[in-house]
Amino acid sequence: MIVLVGLPARGKTYISKKLTRYLNWIGVTTKVFNVGQYRRDATRSYNSYEFFRPDNTEAMKIRKACAIAALKDVCDYFTRAQGQVVVFDATNSTTERRELILSFAKDNGYKVFFVESICDDPEIIAENIKQVKLSSPDYANCDKEEAVADFLKRIDCYKLTYVPLDDSKDRNLSYIKIFDVGSRYLVNRVQDHIQSRIVYYLMNIHVTPRSIYLSRHGESELNLLGRIGGDSGLSPRGTKFACALGTYMRGQCISDLKVWTSHMKRTIQTAESLGVQYEQWKALNEIDAGVCEELTYEEIQDNYPEEFALRDQDKYRYRYPKGESYEDLVQRLEPVIMELERQENVLVICHQAVMRCLLAYFLDKSAEELPYLKCPLHTVLKLTPVAYGCKVESVFLNIEAVNTHRDKPVNVDVDRDPEDALRTVPDHS
Amino acid sequence: MRGSRPPRSTRGRAVCMTNCPTLIVTVGLPARGKTYISKKLTRYLNWIGVPTKEFNVGQYRRECLKIYKSFEFFRPDNEEGLKIRRQCATAALNDVRQYLSVEGGQVAVFDATNTTRERRGLILKFAEQNGFKVFFVESVCEDADVIAQNIVHVKLGNPDYIHCNTEEAVEDFMKRIKCYESSYQSLDEVLDRDLSYIKIMDVGRRYLVNRVLDHIQSRIVYYLMNIHITPRSIYLCRHGESDLNIKGRIGGDSGLSARGKEFAKSLRKFIQEQNIKDLKVWTSQMKRTIQTAECLGVPYEQWKSLNEIDAGVCEEMMYEEIQEHYPLEFALRDQDKYRYRYPKGESYEDLVQRLEPVIMELERQENVLVICHQAVMRCLLAYFLDKPAEELPYLNCSLHTVLKLTPIAYGCKVESVFLGVDAVNTHRDKPENVNVQRSTEDALQTVPAHF
Repeated sequence: MIVLVGLPARGKTYISKKLTRYLNWIGVTTKVFNVGQYRRDATRSYNSYEFFRPDNTEAMKIRKACAIAALKDVCDYFTRAQGQVVVFDATNSTTERRELILSFAKDNGYKVFFVESICDDPEIIAENIKQVKLSSPDYANCDKEEAVADFLKRIDCYKLTYVPLDDSKDRNLSYIKIFDVGSRYLVNRVQDHIQSRIVYYLMNIHVTPRSIYLSRHGESELNLLGRIGGDSGLSPRGTKFACALGTYMRGQCISDLKVWTSHMKRTIQTAESLGVQYEQWKALNEIDAGVCEELTYEEIQDNYPEEFALRDQDKYRYRYPKGESYEDLVQRLEPVIMELERQENVLVICHQAVMRCLLAYFLDKSAEELPYLKCPLHTVLKLTPVAYGCKVESVFLNIEAVNTHRDKPVNVDVDRDPEDALRTVPDHS
Repeated sequence: MRGSRPPRSTRGRAVCMTNCPTLIVTVGLPARGKTYISKKLTRYLNWIGVPTKEFNVGQYRRECLKIYKSFEFFRPDNEEGLKIRRQCATAALNDVRQYLSVEGGQVAVFDATNTTRERRGLILKFAEQNGFKVFFVESVCEDADVIAQNIVHVKLGNPDYIHCNTEEAVEDFMKRIKCYESSYQSLDEVLDRDLSYIKIMDVGRRYLVNRVLDHIQSRIVYYLMNIHITPRSIYLCRHGESDLNIKGRIGGDSGLSARGKEFAKSLRKFIQEQNIKDLKVWTSQMKRTIQTAECLGVPYEQWKSLNEIDAGVCEEMMYEEIQEHYPLEFALRDQDKYRYRYPKGESYEDLVQRLEPVIMELERQENVLVICHQAVMRCLLAYFLDKPAEELPYLNCSLHTVLKLTPIAYGCKVESVFLGVDAVNTHRDKPENVNVQRSTEDALQTVPAHF
């Protein structure tokens, strides 16, 4: 159980959602339980900050009941839904409330790791309120100024009883304290592998505005022939795309843009055209199709009909003989994601399967959807973090290219006809 | 996380280019594990390919003084002593500059007590003048047991105390520590808030991390937060002899030979006799390691990253066939076995990169048995024994032999145990002639015998 701690507008929900997204992407089933949501469901309409006054006994009862209801659902998630990690998103700002949670966890045999966010910078808090609180259901019918005033009073209510994790009294607890949006961290008693990974992740993320550009290499010779994998160079249209990409990126006027490619010719050739420095990552290489490398789908159906069907049955977990699966890809892309989190403006020139994995991370797509995400050639996806998520702008650079997207066919049975198997194969030469 | 505003200019210092060298500076009283951390960190960084070197100021002092008399040298009122110590620090910093600015080093670890703000100020100035980023690593510990252990394990064997008996040595060392205590200024949350550092408290129970600036600092912090000093052993071995091994073929995914199965049984007996507490067993996802582990009758975890090096187009070939079909590639590999990448395959360098998470988890764990493959085992062994890239691909990792690694003092003790079941030799030494024009005979000179 990851338990958030902190006054309102300290980024707890931002951290909760981001961490959950990351853990699910690397294959650790995780869910957020936001107690504020339970409160909204219980009280139906929000009146004012008065609800949060520490002397409002009626409200205190409701709030405690909500926390307990959320904890009950946590229990269900662990036992029935086989969840591995729960993120308990609430202020949890008193020793008493934290004791309640620790007791609950002990009774059920759950490990607890606290994540406390401490920040007293009025600018950051104001920015926070503007970005996520004003659009909250609580303030749907308020005007901006009223909302801000009310929210600041709400924070004051919590301040009266806020007891931060204490260096001495809480020395036996496992936790990370994040100060001033990451300028400083205090880490205490990390118990195991997953907590260590969580700490590493939290220490690498930031909130500085930036954009991440994802694109595939320009159309390649093998793309034209409908062949998968391999290491071919760009087709004439692919070369045109590389130029267009350069024009587009220059138009974005980004200072300090980092450009990353894989070790394969087609991404390198695309980057070369940009005329700027770029870094090659072997981890960005396309999925290894093993024995199916450089085959057309028709040839795969011809030579490996059973493998072809098995892949359609579970495209995420299926591993090509002597090759890789999407699941393997995610594992080798994790360091890329970690470095993307550390960086600011980056353009990643990669490949179809790789781009699907990266996109799934940013857009929180499940393992089932991931292998079918649309990542056409010659289209740049501009991802900009906004509030709790990611804004996507899709920019087609106007150079025609073959379609390489093969949808999941209706018939995934191993005994199916070649016709059924090849129904969704895109056109090629 | 970093803030939504541009970083405040720190004392008007010049902004460093992204790839400027890093100076890691240890801070702490004697016997707090600074040298242990310095050496381990240096070993790790070099293994992952970041040229790193440590500079131990105590070493400079020993060379300067030649004979250590007593703790009196370290008294804060010993003017002569202070002069010499300052000179030594300066000499070390000069060598640091040489290493980072001239010799192409990327990280230098400046291992000394650096316990006063004044000394740290000098180092910061030096770094600024030379365009180095500074990252402090402070070790704080007040646990008397840990400190005593420390003194026994590393100080008593130190050249300073060669002519002393144990009691004398311990007493003198404790007085030495006292000399530093009065002037010790720990990194301060407020006064040092603009510095980049990690404070390690009580051997890793707690960490305070401030202003991590870049990727390498982030990796260093992650590493330091995962290492521990709990006594334990790591057992490395290869799968039992496989069918392809017998045929002299590389790679592939074959099962165990009859002798390989014998080995698995012997391994089981060996492990039982070792009587290891809470042993974890890891294998790759290839048949031969899994079959070996199956025989042990204990739960084991499969890691894809422990799979053998991918020989690409040369998979399942004999060396003779590689020479016949790819004589150029064969020669290029002999010229630079560490960096050479098989066409459509991997290099040892690639292997190290994919094994890094395995090493990180091995650091977190306690007793582990890793059943892997020849190239993989060479990479892991090179990490533990601090072997450079040139030696790594030629380390001897024979079949049916278990290497038991036990951390001691600043390094690793290795016990090699051959489990008495014969197997083919799969070790091919670097031949004398690595020229691309060489004769077939020269190329195949060092190929081990096979069926």
